[in-house]
Amino acid sequence: MSESAVAARAPPAAGAVSGRTPGAWLWLGAAGVLLVLPHVPGLDSDYGRSLLTQMGIAAVFALSFNILFGQTGLLSFGHAVYFGLGAYAAIHLMRAINHGLPVPIVLVPLAGAAGGLLSGMLFGSVTTKKAGTIFALITLGVGELVYAATFMLPGIFGGEEGLTASRTRAPPLFGLAFASQLEVYYATALWSLAAAMLIHAFMRTPVGRICNAVRDNPERAEFVGYNTRRVRFIAFAAAGLFAGLAGGLSAINYEIVAADAVSAQRSGTVLIMAYIGGAAHFVGPVLGAITITWLQSSLSGYTSAWLLYLGLFFIVVNLYAPSGLAGLLLMHGRVARTRAFGALVGAYAVALVPAAVMAAGAIALIEMSYRVATQPELGTKMRLLWTAVDAASAWSWTIAGLALVAGFAAFRATWPLVAGAWERANAEAAGQ
Amino acid sequence: MTVPALQLERVEKRFGATPVIRGISLEIAAGERHAIIGPNGAGKSTLFNLVSGALSPTRGSIRLDGTEIAGAPPYRINRLGLSRSFQVTNIFPRLSVFENIRCSVLWSLGYGYSFWRDTEKLRDAREHAERALERIGMTARRNTPAGVLTYAEQRALEIGITIAGDPRVILLDEPTAGMSRGEAEHAVALIRAVTDGRTLVMVEHDMSVVYGLADRISVLVYGEVIATDVPARIHDNAAVQAAYLGSADA
Repeated sequence: MSESAVAARAPPAAGAVSGRTPGAWLWLGAAGVLLVLPHVPGLDSDYGRSLLTQMGIAAVFALSFNILFGQTGLLSFGHAVYFGLGAYAAIHLMRAINHGLPVPIVLVPLAGAAGGLLSGMLFGSVTTKKAGTIFALITLGVGELVYAATFMLPGIFGGEEGLTASRTRAPPLFGLAFASQLEVYYATALWSLAAAMLIHAFMRTPVGRICNAVRDNPERAEFVGYNTRRVRFIAFAAAGLFAGLAGGLSAINYEIVAADAVSAQRSGTVLIMAYIGGAAHFVGPVLGAITITWLQSSLSGYTSAWLLYLGLFFIVVNLYAPSGLAGLLLMHGRVARTRAFGALVGAYAVALVPAAVMAAGAIALIEMSYRVATQPELGTKMRLLWTAVDAASAWSWTIAGLALVAGFAAFRATWPLVAGAWERANAEAAGQ
Repeated sequence: MTVPALQLERVEKRFGATPVIRGISLEIAAGERHAIIGPNGAGKSTLFNLVSGALSPTRGSIRLDGTEIAGAPPYRINRLGLSRSFQVTNIFPRLSVFENIRCSVLWSLGYGYSFWRDTEKLRDAREHAERALERIGMTARRNTPAGVLTYAEQRALEIGITIAGDPRVILLDEPTAGMSRGEAEHAVALIRAVTDGRTLVMVEHDMSVVYGLADRISVLVYGEVIATDVPARIHDNAAVQAAYLGSADA
């Protein structure tokens, strides 16, 4: 009986964040990729480089969140507090630099890290008294408290407008003057890589390993000598430090910090990033941060309903790929070399056709609803997926609805095909 | 006279108004293997929870090698050299078997909350863990996530986690519960080997396991110890037969 109870708590075998480590060559590879990315066609504009910078910041923030969530089993609804307070610490330092303090801008993220660490220790001493649901609720409360405080203490937080500073009015270091987005990108990439390596190293330390033990079974951890409250506190402080560092990077990038830096929405976004990317894997939050940042910046240019799509995406991942993008990649990596893999790809291609029809129907319904409900001044004529559509016509609604229903039915019918191909590939991989 | 490894004096525990442990006094010598038997609901698991720190006694004193531990948190009692296993398997399900054991030796080797050392490079931790793995016969399962082990394997791992940190006093709560005859015999041999030279206190229902391992037996009935003696004399004790053995189907 207890066997099944324990097995039920365990995720699929590969879910463990285990001792398998990316070697030094993997970090070198990552550094190489970061070096060439801003010169890749399509990303070599200021827009592309700004997007890459945002991804780097989000990746550090999501990795810091995952110290709590994936590694220690603590679900925080207020992680933006440490990002934001780090960002405020950083912008204060930048303002001091603007007034003549001789500190190079590239060191500003350290002020963010210090702000995140100190606020993490301060609030962590309260929140980490408890674990589980109580912990989650307290972090929610702290988040609201700090958000309210940003408006109540305008001297520190700059009120509604926030605080601004310049990253260029500062002593340059090694010719780095932060005048171009490329320079900001490289500074961010350097700090992000360093942060990722440090977080990875932290998870390999004795206390990092005990974080995993506390996540799995806090009761037993107490009986092998560890005060779980102390372990939670250390994890919380470390998560605060790296969240603050990400906040410091964002202060340099945007040159402004306002209340949205500590907002519940930012806390929710980082949770979604870690979850969609896959919290059980070290690189999961990075994948999630890249995906969500890209969706935020590109999707929002196409449709005002992008948050709705983000929510749908989150729900679909939750339901059908709970191990996230990293989990999906790992699952497919295992079967990629089987002979049955070709059939699996074929099955995916077959399933993709009705899935696309279903998605097109859903998108049409959502977009027409949005147009009619929120932007009536633009009229009912619109272009959707390269097609002229009139939201006032019953035909548009009927066709979209039919596409959704028929697409779903046909998609459903392809599932056995996909499942069969998947099982054959897995059986073959297991036999290898 | 030497200090007993474990000394309980008039220990009481109430849940609300309900007394569960009604004044237990017990001395267990260093190196002794001591079994606690008794019918369901006698308070055996509660007694273990009091000694290991999971619960605080309402009254009374518990000394580990002369140090008062009544009411201390589990991690402090563990650091003083007492380690326990659980009746319901209590492991780290997502960690590998090796990692389960290694996490259990870190504190005893003095690594504490260290956040500047690489665990992979701690040779003594690895060697301790590997030795414990070998003792419980699970070297081949080293990299398996603990959550997917068979029941008997998880029970062995449970004992491995308990003994890995070289505790002086070991508490085993029904180590053979739910095992087949053969598995139980295997477990007894394992327990005998890993507790050699240490103090063992165990709760056990299986009388053949008790008689095979214990130097002395305490019989717990309704929160009181009604007899403590060597196995042969417990078997013939009239009060024990009336209160426990006679009524049990064992």
